[in-house]
Amino acid sequence: MIRIPCPYCGERDHSEFTYGGDGSITYPALDAPMADWLEAVFERENVRGLQLETWHHVMGCRMWLLVERDTMTHEIHSVRAAHTGLAAVLEEKS
Amino acid sequence: MTARRLDKGGRIDRSHSLKFSWDGRKIRGHAGDTLASALLANNEQILGRSFKYHRPRGIMSAGVEESGAIVTVGEGARRDANVKATTQELFDGLVATGQNAWPNVRHDAGAVSNLFSRFLVAGFYYKTFMGLPPFEWGEGTGWWMRYEKIIRRAAGMGTASREPDPDNYEHAHAFCDVLVVGAGPAGLNAALTAARAGLDVVLVEQDFEAGGDYLNQASDGSRLSELLSDLETAGVRLMTRTTAFGLYDHGTAGLLERVTNHLANPSQHMPRQRFWTLRAKQTILATGALERHVVFGNNDRPGVMTAAAARTYLNRFGVLPGEKIVISTNNDSAYIVAVDLAGSGAAVHLLDARSDIHADLAATLKGSDVHLTSGAAALNVRGNKGVSGLETALSSGMGWRQGGIEDCDLVLVSGGWSPVVNLASHRGAKPVWDGNNCCFLPGQTSEPVHMAGAAAGIWQTTACEVSGKAAGAAAANALGKSVATISMSGSAGWAHPISALYEVTVPGKKLKSFVDPQHDVTADDVRLAHREGMVSVEHLKRYTTLGMATDQGKMGNVIGMALMADALGKDISEVGTTTFRPPYTPVSLGALTGRNSGEHFRALRRTPMDRWNRDHEATMTDAGLWHRPWYFARPGETIKEAYIRETTTVRNSVGLCDVTSLGKIAVQGPDATEFLNRIYTNPFAKLAIGKARYGIMLRDDGMVMDDGTTWRLSETNYFMTTTTAHAAKVMVWLEELLHLRWPDLKVHVTSVSEQWAGCAVAGPKSRDVLAACVEDADLVSNDSLPFMGVVEARLKNGVPCRIARISFSGEMASEVYVPSDYAPAMMDLLWKAAEVLDGCLYGMEALGALRIEKGHVTGVELDGRVTIEDAGLGKMASNKKDYIGNVLRQRPDMMREDRARLVGIFPKDRSQTFNAGTILCKSDEVSGHGEGWITGVTYSPTFGHWIGIGFINGGHNAWQDKSVTVADPVRRENVDVEIVSPHMYDPDGGRHLG
Ligand SMILES: [Zn+2]
Repeated sequence: MIRIPCPYCGERDHSEFTYGGDGSITYPALDAPMADWLEAVFERENVRGLQLETWHHVMGCRMWLLVERDTMTHEIHSVRAAHTGLAAVLEEKS
Repeated sequence: MTARRLDKGGRIDRSHSLKFSWDGRKIRGHAGDTLASALLANNEQILGRSFKYHRPRGIMSAGVEESGAIVTVGEGARRDANVKATTQELFDGLVATGQNAWPNVRHDAGAVSNLFSRFLVAGFYYKTFMGLPPFEWGEGTGWWMRYEKIIRRAAGMGTASREPDPDNYEHAHAFCDVLVVGAGPAGLNAALTAARAGLDVVLVEQDFEAGGDYLNQASDGSRLSELLSDLETAGVRLMTRTTAFGLYDHGTAGLLERVTNHLANPSQHMPRQRFWTLRAKQTILATGALERHVVFGNNDRPGVMTAAAARTYLNRFGVLPGEKIVISTNNDSAYIVAVDLAGSGAAVHLLDARSDIHADLAATLKGSDVHLTSGAAALNVRGNKGVSGLETALSSGMGWRQGGIEDCDLVLVSGGWSPVVNLASHRGAKPVWDGNNCCFLPGQTSEPVHMAGAAAGIWQTTACEVSGKAAGAAAANALGKSVATISMSGSAGWAHPISALYEVTVPGKKLKSFVDPQHDVTADDVRLAHREGMVSVEHLKRYTTLGMATDQGKMGNVIGMALMADALGKDISEVGTTTFRPPYTPVSLGALTGRNSGEHFRALRRTPMDRWNRDHEATMTDAGLWHRPWYFARPGETIKEAYIRETTTVRNSVGLCDVTSLGKIAVQGPDATEFLNRIYTNPFAKLAIGKARYGIMLRDDGMVMDDGTTWRLSETNYFMTTTTAHAAKVMVWLEELLHLRWPDLKVHVTSVSEQWAGCAVAGPKSRDVLAACVEDADLVSNDSLPFMGVVEARLKNGVPCRIARISFSGEMASEVYVPSDYAPAMMDLLWKAAEVLDGCLYGMEALGALRIEKGHVTGVELDGRVTIEDAGLGKMASNKKDYIGNVLRQRPDMMREDRARLVGIFPKDRSQTFNAGTILCKSDEVSGHGEGWITGVTYSPTFGHWIGIGFINGGHNAWQDKSVTVADPVRRENVDVEIVSPHMYDPDGGRHLG
């Protein structure tokens, strides 16, 4: 069981969260060419080591988070709010 | 072997006698005994029969590594198989029986397989019964399947009860600063040091008594009592009877606490076991070490045990396990055992494999009657059901030669010690072979895990104590305390070097020597595996099943590796290492399950009108986590009669249905309109206030995610409904989009599924019901509330409500929502009005009939493999705007005309019926995956026969005038069907307009 420090709630069991996916993807515009969408949706890296990923604190504050996790060791390097505006507000407060 | 209880000594309570039963016979032990020590005190020798050869087995150890005394404890539903007698605490009334034997362990008919043992070597089953792939794969496997049943019955362990487990189990959670595993000399000192630094410490001990090796020593126990009282003062939380069975990421430990396993009459409210999830900031592993056997002839006979075990039985349990004892050792640790046993009146002959015995070591025997022979070892045990003598071997150059015969009744073995590195290994710290200590030492880890005591290869008690303090101080300092660091880095090794000894053989002598007694793996099996091409330890394990028994190789792994290394001509360090995986000792399924069983297996959701529904004769059914009304039978009605009546009533008059389980989401904010326009396939930009719209949302990959209606309540406030099945998923999806993709959109989504209770009012007379129930009947007139209109109103009982004129049934219908607490009040009002119009209450079955007649899809059809065209809703896909999924839904394969499309299904012979979940095939080709499948069926009162809904390649136009068969080989005969348009009832949709 890994433990994820939620910036809103503190450190919690991963069973409170659901895994989203690759956090490094910038999704194409809704009218982008099909090739861009194919790449974003289907072409995924299988990272060994540090990976940026999205997690949803679904049994907690329901915030979507960007987590930097080492896929080899589960070491968590950073967690921040995925919503850029909310992340900035948090940073200001701390 | 003639074991007996001594008159004094040990930690048992002689004033407290306990009656228990062994194989049907009533015998006695004392409080403080284990089942093993009590059986030993009664001189019970044969306690089990081995896995394959049914050889007699007795007590081999005094702990979790036990491979001989494996028994069944309890009766009936509480029968627990494969219990190690060495870890089972004795209680009054305990019932234990031998296993894997008939009629009993002392006279076992299965022992005949021992005579055929040369046919039962490693790999025998596979070679004999498995086919030779690829040529005979199917046939050979078939034979294996047939023989397997017989073989499994002959080879095996105990039998689990087939009755439901009558006990309760609990899950519990905890946190601490420092977790210390193992309450021996190292662990106790580690816990005390950390607690005195002001930390919150949990100390777990698998035994029922804390103390570890202190308990085995011939002392008055004052050192231990002092430590325990200091621990209490320092506030350490000591958990005995608790095994740390696994270490997981980020300081999480899995603990199994045996709460009532040792109680004769546990009170009803007590859980049998508690499964703890503990999160610790620092972890100290003071898990000790396990003494190893040495492999020699008949080393599995009852009366052969580890040297330290004999000391435990003597000093802890007051049992002298033999009168004439031979101890065979390769290291110093057996010397104190010899002295203690001789001091209790046994004749002790100590064989030390080492030829040169240091004078200091020999001096430890001074004053005792221990007879010491150097350069000697056990070679072959004589006696069939016990030990009657021992052939010895004498050191000869690099090997051994036959020695004499010792008259004895007990053979004790010390082949060195294996630190318990399992928990560190769970964290990925690979054990490292240490040639000087002849054992694996824990590997390095960057995690906050510290090793202490014998687990780190530290052998002397005082050194273990220092090592514990050092680990406690290191953990405290890592947590920001300032404690004087104590230097103690790893193993200091043996005072006098251990000699590497794993097997004793002499040239030309045929011996039956066991490496893994629990799985009957012999030294010859290991060599056979090597000869047959197994070159790694992993091969060896799988081919011989070495280390795969319930002890998971605690007894035999190191020896097996040593023999494999020898066969390969390599050093043990080159052969590999063992990766230990949780659990350290077996964990019962009941503990894993905890309270999540029976009706608590998953959460149950009831709607706020649940009681109201049941008071009105609803028969309930499961719909996901929800309990929903299935049908409302009138006296004497069957389910079929009830739902046909309900369906007909809705078509002709009016019916009420609880639709609270639909997902409901408040979508609010200045950009709510833009947001909805991006997530739905159809336009939402111009939805007027006071209007609802049916919408479909796709996933990124273009597949349908969900459908539902969304109501515009104001400029910036929408009320979205989803299917029951996808409510949670849609909510998560909307949050993801707003947080991750479109943070610039000013929209807030709130799940309000629990806040609003909903009732569908459906049928030609639905407006009459509404008019009778709202304060201002004009609000629900056709002008005020046209099809897809929304009004916010007040019911006649003052309850505020929202009403939308939407139809799932195809009839004129509305959904009425009120704040959840008012649900029964709303139902009282609506039902009073509906009843006088000859209306009805209807449930899921009628709801299904109505929607299948109409060809409306639900979560069953929208299973994630369906495109918007497949669902027959292609015209809902806008080509005038961009939305999620619009690009990828246009992939060529997804636009193919011959994809499986939504259709309606009629039986050719209208009197026939068919099932959901069946396959649609061409009538002349009823095989394989067919051409489509059926998702729902119902009897249709409108048509007067059974109808279905499903998917078939190419849709209904492709199958006009073609013969289709529903293939249902398991449940009933195949049925010929006609494929029709999914819009079976009122295809032009006039009826919902009223
Ligand atoms: Zn949170």
